[in-house]
Amino acid sequence: MEGTERVFERLVRDNQDRIFALSLALTGNRHDAEEVAQDTFLRAYRALADYAPERVRELKQRAWLHRIAVNVFRNRVRGVRPRLVELNGSEPSPASGPEEDVLRRAEIDELAARVACLPARYREAVVLRHVQELSYAEVAEALGQPVGTVKANVHRGLKILRGENHGDGDD
Amino acid sequence: MATVMIDLKRLGDVKAPAGFAERVLAQAGMADSYAVFETVLGPVYVAWSRLGVSAAMRSKSAAEFQEWFEREIGRRLVRVDPPADLAGKISDQLSGKRRLRFDLRGLTPFSQAVLEKTLQIPRGQVRPYGWVAREIGHPAAVRAVGTALANNPIPYFIPCHRVVRSDGVIGNYGGGGPEAKKNILSLEGVQLARLQRLAQSGYRYEGVKSTKIFCFPTCYHGRHAREENFVFFHDETEARAAGYRPCKDCRPAVA
Repeated sequence: MEGTERVFERLVRDNQDRIFALSLALTGNRHDAEEVAQDTFLRAYRALADYAPERVRELKQRAWLHRIAVNVFRNRVRGVRPRLVELNGSEPSPASGPEEDVLRRAEIDELAARVACLPARYREAVVLRHVQELSYAEVAEALGQPVGTVKANVHRGLKILRGENHGDGDD
Repeated sequence: MATVMIDLKRLGDVKAPAGFAERVLAQAGMADSYAVFETVLGPVYVAWSRLGVSAAMRSKSAAEFQEWFEREIGRRLVRVDPPADLAGKISDQLSGKRRLRFDLRGLTPFSQAVLEKTLQIPRGQVRPYGWVAREIGHPAAVRAVGTALANNPIPYFIPCHRVVRSDGVIGNYGGGGPEAKKNILSLEGVQLARLQRLAQSGYRYEGVKSTKIFCFPTCYHGRHAREENFVFFHDETEARAAGYRPCKDCRPAVA
C-alpha cells in the first residue's frame, strides 16, 4: 500500500501537466478540464491499488493515463449534453500576473474552445496526435480504434480547424 | 496547415493549475486538507480527511500548523478552499448542536479509546481522569489518560477540557493553559465555583434525597433539585451506606 502511494504521487507529479493539457483540449474550458484531469488520476489511483506489483511495474503509464482520460471524457459527454462553447472567450480568465501571461492564457483558452467545437471523434484523434504528440499507434490504442480510422479522423479534424483558422485570420 | 499544427502544439504546453497535484493527493486520501476558520474561540486551523476532522489548533501561522500536523499525525497536509458547508458544521460542533466525524488514525488504540470516551461527556458537565480510565477498561491508567488528553490533536472539538482532576484543580490544558480551560467550561455552563468548593471540601459526589441516586456534581440529573435537597459524599462507600445507588447516566461508580 505504501508502495502504491509513492508510485501514485510520482505518477501525478510527472503527468499532471500533460493530462491537464489533454483535458483542456478535449473539454475546451479550464473548469471541466480540472474535473476530467482529477477524475483521471483518481481512477488511476483506484486501479493501481488493485494491480499486482508486477503489473504496476510494467505499466506504460503515459498511454494508460491517456486511455483513462479519454474514457472519463467520453463518460461525461454521454452523461451531460456537450455544452456549446462560444468562440470568443466563454470563460473570463482570472486576470492575474503580467499582462503578457493573461494575453497568452486568453489565446490558449480560445484555442481550446475552438478545438472543443470539433465533433468528439475528430477531436479525440486530433488532440492525441497533435496536442499530445502521440504516435498513430499510441493514439489507436488509447482510443481503441484501428490506425486507419484514427488517421482519417485526424485528417478530417484538421481540415475543419484549418477552415475556421482561415476565417479568423481574415478578421 | 502549419499554423494549425503549431497552435495545437501550444495547447500541449499548458501547465496544470497551481495546487493541482496536492488536490488530487488529498482526494485520494493521501493528504489531509486544511483551512483556517473563524470560531467563537478565535481563528482555528482545522484539518480533515475523508474520514472526518483530524486536527484543530490555534496555531500562530499556517506554517506552524502544517509543521505540527506533519510531525504529530504523520500525514501530509494541503491547504484548500474549504467546502461551503464546513464553517457552519464547525460552529455547530463547537456550540454542541451537532457531532462531526473524526479521523483518529495515527493515534494509538489507547489514545483513540480515551478520546472517543471523552466525546461522550455532555456539554456543561465534567468527569475526573479516573472515570475515563475506568470506563475504557484501564482503571489504573489514570496518568496515561492525562497524557493522551494532553496530546489531543483536536482540542475544543473533542472536549478534553471536560476532564478534570477529582480534587477540583482544573489542571493543565493543551489548548491554552488552565485559564483557557476554565473559560471554555464556564462558556459551556459549568458552575466552576460550586464544583471547586465541593472538591476542596473533599466531596466527590452529590446525591438527591428524593431519588436516592448519586451523581458527579455536574450531572444533568441533578439539575432540577433544590440546593437543600442535595447530600454530598466523599466516596462511593459512603454513598452506598446511605442507601444511594450510582446514576446510570454519569456512572460515578459501577452499578
